[in-house]
Amino acid sequence: MERSKVRILIAKPGLDGHDRGAKVIARALRDAGFEVIYTGIRQTPEQIVESVIQEDVDVLGLSILSGAHMVLIPKILKLLEEKDLKPNEDVLVIAGGIIPPDDAQALENMGVAKVFGPGSPIEEIIGFIDENVAKLKKFRA
Amino acid sequence: MIKDLIERMLKGDKKATARLITLVENDEEKAREIVKKIYPFTGKAYIVGITGPPGSGKSTLLDKLIKKARQEGKIVGVIAIDPTSPFTGGALLGDRIRMQRHSTDPGVFIRSMATRGSLGGLAKATNDAIKVLDAYGCDVIFVETVGVGQIEVDIVKTADTVVLVTVPGLGDDIQAIKAGLMEIADIFVINKADKEEADKTLFELELMLDLEREKFEKRGWRPKVIKTVATLNKGIDELWSVIKEHEKWLKSADKLKEKRRFRAEEEVKTIVSDFIVSKVSKELKNNELYELVGKVANRELDPYTAAELIMEKTLGVKV
Repeated sequence: MERSKVRILIAKPGLDGHDRGAKVIARALRDAGFEVIYTGIRQTPEQIVESVIQEDVDVLGLSILSGAHMVLIPKILKLLEEKDLKPNEDVLVIAGGIIPPDDAQALENMGVAKVFGPGSPIEEIIGFIDENVAKLKKFRA
Repeated sequence: MIKDLIERMLKGDKKATARLITLVENDEEKAREIVKKIYPFTGKAYIVGITGPPGSGKSTLLDKLIKKARQEGKIVGVIAIDPTSPFTGGALLGDRIRMQRHSTDPGVFIRSMATRGSLGGLAKATNDAIKVLDAYGCDVIFVETVGVGQIEVDIVKTADTVVLVTVPGLGDDIQAIKAGLMEIADIFVINKADKEEADKTLFELELMLDLEREKFEKRGWRPKVIKTVATLNKGIDELWSVIKEHEKWLKSADKLKEKRRFRAEEEVKTIVSDFIVSKVSKELKNNELYELVGKVANRELDPYTAAELIMEKTLGVKV
């Protein structure tokens, strides 16, 4: 899949304002040739899911450092499901930030494709997106 | 698939609408098919272009204008354009940040778009994306250009009303009389007008407009200059009422018809020239024409003669 036709939404749900990580990722994905939409901090799950729909993105990247990931991310997954957007089928959901390994596992069981902790090499994230975006329904058809 | 998407879009489905915009952006053949089918449902939306230099406050102003339009019950579409990197093909689209409070409003559809190589301030697919939002049922569509400088004037071929956003202190009165961008505005906005020099900028713009008084008198619309402070919601009511005043004037003086006729001509011309370029590019790979280009490279033939021969051979047209 041609990267410049892959659209990625980077969003920060919840109340923490630590957006450096999200900006670094957004910028790195831009430099890798993707189209990145950045929505800024303090987004509600509803705002994020509506943006996923209107922007018709292929990847949703969630950055969260507040500790509320086990509340907010499942809520986002549920709202996506309600809009008939299936994780890994219609949209690839990835997450980053301060997320303990047990929680990361639980989130991956719920439908998050992958949780990238602090220090994840950017090449790894790009490689993961390249490989998994190609499996989305939209690009298989 | 496209037929199904269009049916869903006409019923107000945002997901189908968003997918149609993706298709017109990514796939030229599908764009043709989609536009052919939805064209009868378009032409109802009023299109407002917002242009101006980077950081002048276009997105923030737009956020406030969306609110005004929503208060009147209008269905609002937004296409916000940001640049694609000429080096990597990637893009960072950040206009949405300023308007996110509207994203959960069922009466608002916001779409970010990358320029993907276009240089006129819009993306190639912008006009088709506007048609999709028009057919979807938007009453007003705001198109925010990339941050522009002096010559990115494509918005004038797209919008019914062009709002040029500038800020105090960007230059002297000579900047105000230069050609290009300064010529296309129906409305000038001096945003961040709480800064020093706002009145000086206002004075310079008014003076520039006075120089062309006769032209404007003949036309019937002299561009208005409005001071705003978007972050403090100042001047927004006035801006919105002037946009509507311009719309009313365009419609009453039959100017809108004229404008849309001009726009249709530009659009058809662009499509025809794209067709020609794509046909000729394809044909240039065949042996005879390939050799012709080789002759130009070897200085055996000049480029104009080669182009004339190519036009004749590929399209049967004598130039």
